[in-house]
Amino acid sequence: MIEFRDFSYRYPTAAADSLSSLSLQIPRGQFCAVVGANGAGKSTFCFAASGFIPHFFRGEAHGSVELAGKPLAEAEFGSLAAEVGIVFQNPFNQISGARFTVREEIAFGLENLGVERGEMQTRIQLALEVVDLVDVAERSPFELSGGQQQRVALASMFAMRPQVLVLDEPTSQLDPRGTREVFRAIAALSEAGTTIILAGHKLEWLAEFADRAILLDQGRVIADGDPDTIFAMETMGEVGVGRTQFTDVAAAAQRAGMLKDHAALPVTLAQAEAFFS
Amino acid sequence: MNIDIRSVSFRYPSGQLALDNVSLSISKGETLALIGENGAGKTTLVKQMNALLRPTNGRVDVGEWDVAEHSTAQMARRVSFLFQNPDDQLFARRVWDEVAFGPRNLSLSEPEIEQRVNRALDRVGLLDKAESHPYDLQYTDRKLIALAATLAMEAPILVLDEPTIGQDARQRERVASILQELAAQHRTILLVSHDLDFCARTAERVVVMAEGRILADGPTEQVLAENEILDQAAVIAPQLMRLSQALKLSPPKLRVDDFVDAYASRKARPT
Repeated sequence: MIEFRDFSYRYPTAAADSLSSLSLQIPRGQFCAVVGANGAGKSTFCFAASGFIPHFFRGEAHGSVELAGKPLAEAEFGSLAAEVGIVFQNPFNQISGARFTVREEIAFGLENLGVERGEMQTRIQLALEVVDLVDVAERSPFELSGGQQQRVALASMFAMRPQVLVLDEPTSQLDPRGTREVFRAIAALSEAGTTIILAGHKLEWLAEFADRAILLDQGRVIADGDPDTIFAMETMGEVGVGRTQFTDVAAAAQRAGMLKDHAALPVTLAQAEAFFS
Repeated sequence: MNIDIRSVSFRYPSGQLALDNVSLSISKGETLALIGENGAGKTTLVKQMNALLRPTNGRVDVGEWDVAEHSTAQMARRVSFLFQNPDDQLFARRVWDEVAFGPRNLSLSEPEIEQRVNRALDRVGLLDKAESHPYDLQYTDRKLIALAATLAMEAPILVLDEPTIGQDARQRERVASILQELAAQHRTILLVSHDLDFCARTAERVVVMAEGRILADGPTEQVLAENEILDQAAVIAPQLMRLSQALKLSPPKLRVDDFVDAYASRKARPT
């Protein structure tokens, strides 16, 4: 379990807190979506959940973030990488470039963990299969498209087998099919017991796969609950996140008095179909 | 100024054939979205239009210019380019200088440069960041800075490679309104995007690519209704197209207001 205990954080030289008084628990194995407008604190949340705050970013932190009861601030950062993996927004920043091929790139993290060779091959192969990169395993990551590079970054993390995987917009560079594959891969990891914290804007996918959604605005949690409920809220629009077009058309139809006030606005296609039928 | 791409093929030095005999004509003032999966050849195609890449075979004309006879710097007067990764594009230490770089190379007067830079930064909503270092900004803001730099060229043709990556609703709304404004000025816009919901509401024409070829080309509502072609191109139809199809709303409606109107008139009809 990851627990934020009255946690606040301010970047060095920043005038305001990027996260303010967060208190929440994310149980082991939960798939938790973090949504909010850009600048609301999603990336900072990811850094705090993975120990990059305070180990990498200095700034000013209050309260604590704990993994299985131990504050991340007190953990040794090097060994934390084996427990909490993070995939960044921009894959171009993540690929080490220290290796020549995709296979070697994925091996890089495992070598640093001292994983035994046979075990390493098994894990790399599985990671390549999960993100569908077997065909390009012997190519340079830098020759790949943005979407493929993003999957290389994901595979590198999958292979480390962390307890918690923190993903900051892991599909932003991907095409729709790539997005679906990555979401399915993430969901499979979640079912296998990995805790997933995923910050992003792709509400349709998050509604399908996430167990829970946390809505951030100006560094605070303003809603926390079932994704279908949170994503349909009017607040989503007010804080600049927006809603799916399924929700937008349903809300517009309701406003125009075309449909009775349903208890819940739809978020997904299946829900919208039921709503309008 | 029209763009005329005739039988263009392109092979990367690795031997990979990225464009396979592509022909495409784009008229002045069109807003066209190029869609298809990663690696389909979309970015390779648009890079032919300003000589960032040169065709292995075939010919590209922009207006009366044969691109083969012009440098990328010359082409920049006609075709202004927003790269997929803003970090390929940004290098100045100050946002303002970054946006001024292109106009400076057009040998404009200093007041004209100043006006263009301020206007472009204001348009993307980042005028208050003019003095910042681009790398102190978030990724999505860097993308908007790169967009401002593209706008400041005031070229007749704009190529926007994934302008909405990672953006939230407000930022996408802003980009959509910038596109509308450019379209109203009869600028030609080539949008390369995986954000089909965004393409559906901003583009009037859609070209679907797969494996270096054009699979479909036509009005947005028609092309995005071709499920088999979209499937072949690994593209998932926009949300309102899928909902239109699920509810058998014909013709499909891709904008929220149009959808609601069409649904209302259908409900009003006796069945």
